[in-house]
Amino acid sequence: MSKKYHVSLTVNGDEYECLAEPQMTLLDVLRDELKLTGTKEGCATGDCGACSVMVDGRLTCSCLVLAPEAEGRSVETIEGMAKDGELHPLQQKFLEMNGLQCGICTPGILVAAKALLDRKPDADEMEIRYWLAGNLCRCTGYDKIIRAVMAAGEEMKGA
Amino acid sequence: MPDLRFEAPGSLADAVKLLVAAEGPARVLAGGTDVVVQMEMDMIEPALLVDIKRIPDMGRIVQEEGGFRIGAAASGMEICEHEALCAAWPGIIDGVKLIGSVQVKGRATITGNLCNASPGADSVPPMVTAGALAHVVGPNGERDVPVEQIPTSPGKTSLGKGELIESFKLPARPKNSGDAYMRFTPRTEMDIAVVGVAVNLTLDEAGVCTAARVALGAVAPTVLLVPECADALIGTKVDDAALAKLAAAASAACQPIDDKRGTKEFRIEGTGVLARRVAQKAYERARANA
Ligand code: FES
Ligand code: FES
Repeated sequence: MSKKYHVSLTVNGDEYECLAEPQMTLLDVLRDELKLTGTKEGCATGDCGACSVMVDGRLTCSCLVLAPEAEGRSVETIEGMAKDGELHPLQQKFLEMNGLQCGICTPGILVAAKALLDRKPDADEMEIRYWLAGNLCRCTGYDKIIRAVMAAGEEMKGA
Repeated sequence: MPDLRFEAPGSLADAVKLLVAAEGPARVLAGGTDVVVQMEMDMIEPALLVDIKRIPDMGRIVQEEGGFRIGAAASGMEICEHEALCAAWPGIIDGVKLIGSVQVKGRATITGNLCNASPGADSVPPMVTAGALAHVVGPNGERDVPVEQIPTSPGKTSLGKGELIESFKLPARPKNSGDAYMRFTPRTEMDIAVVGVAVNLTLDEAGVCTAARVALGAVAPTVLLVPECADALIGTKVDDAALAKLAAAASAACQPIDDKRGTKEFRIEGTGVLARRVAQKAYERARANA
């Protein structure tokens, strides 16, 4: 057994601590240690984007970050997206416009789309499609996802 | 599962010490987009990981002596967001942009792309044509190594035990210079190069090419710097005759394998076709860069 590492990190503004083996990933820490299961595992190899989170303000696959690397980092996950019970415009538009079916890709897509719209709410369809190229969806065929992100961008621009 | 030790030293000297003292297989960890995946897939079982991201300045991108210095831990996204770097070396940016998704580039580094030593690594051909030097630090001191001399065969590098890349130096850019990189893949995004070509050119005031470097990716065990391709362009205005010579020289230099992504014949012909397009793009950029 490898030595365990003490990891303290901030998730959605709250401080957490845990003990983790060095082979564990940030995704494992979030899901298994902190019980924040909104972030999903699709592939565990950086290919599907289901595990997307923000680490120190950077969109990242949490399956590619080892637990000890997360020491002292600030992480944002899907659990932090709705504020005071109010859905984020992206979440609202995904609901209204059928941006999901089974939903397993959805948390990752929402986190990734928010990372884009936060700095570029007027991103056009092409930019959105390229930006989300690392988020795979087995169900929707993507079109409704893209429309929902564009609609959310419209709303965020107005806000 | 064997024991794994994780260290995140605060200085380069400590990183070197850890690597030198390592008893089992040791890996330097930067973005982890290859190392963590290879661990997950049981392709490697390191006994020691040395995370270099806590070493001060490892992620820096600064202008230096008219060129740039890129720290080993700078992520692909940080590189793509650096305006002056994008303006000076658009061909390198072409390559970096193709490394995986936004979330992968948020972590992946050009250092890892180089040291993973895949012949298809997208950032390597344009780094080679740029004449980039890797600043290598190790137990026996420091040295500058042309990037094309780092990979020696698929998965292998010329770095000795305890050595690691601290940064890259990109030279000052003469005016009327331009570079470009393109690859062929069956899909537009999230794919691995079947063929990749980078060209870096400098022109005189009349638009005649005075210096050129051409590198080919994914068509040999390592990225190839091909002087015959450069010779086809130097002294020309990159006209049809020069492009035809370039394409022939590029195809002739390929030593590709057959694999699921492409046959030998396809790669040889594709390299010639792509070399023409990339040279034209580099030429346009050099003309625009007066
Ligand atoms: S689970 Fe991380 S990218 Fe698929
Ligand atoms: S909604 Fe099922 S994978 Fe996207």
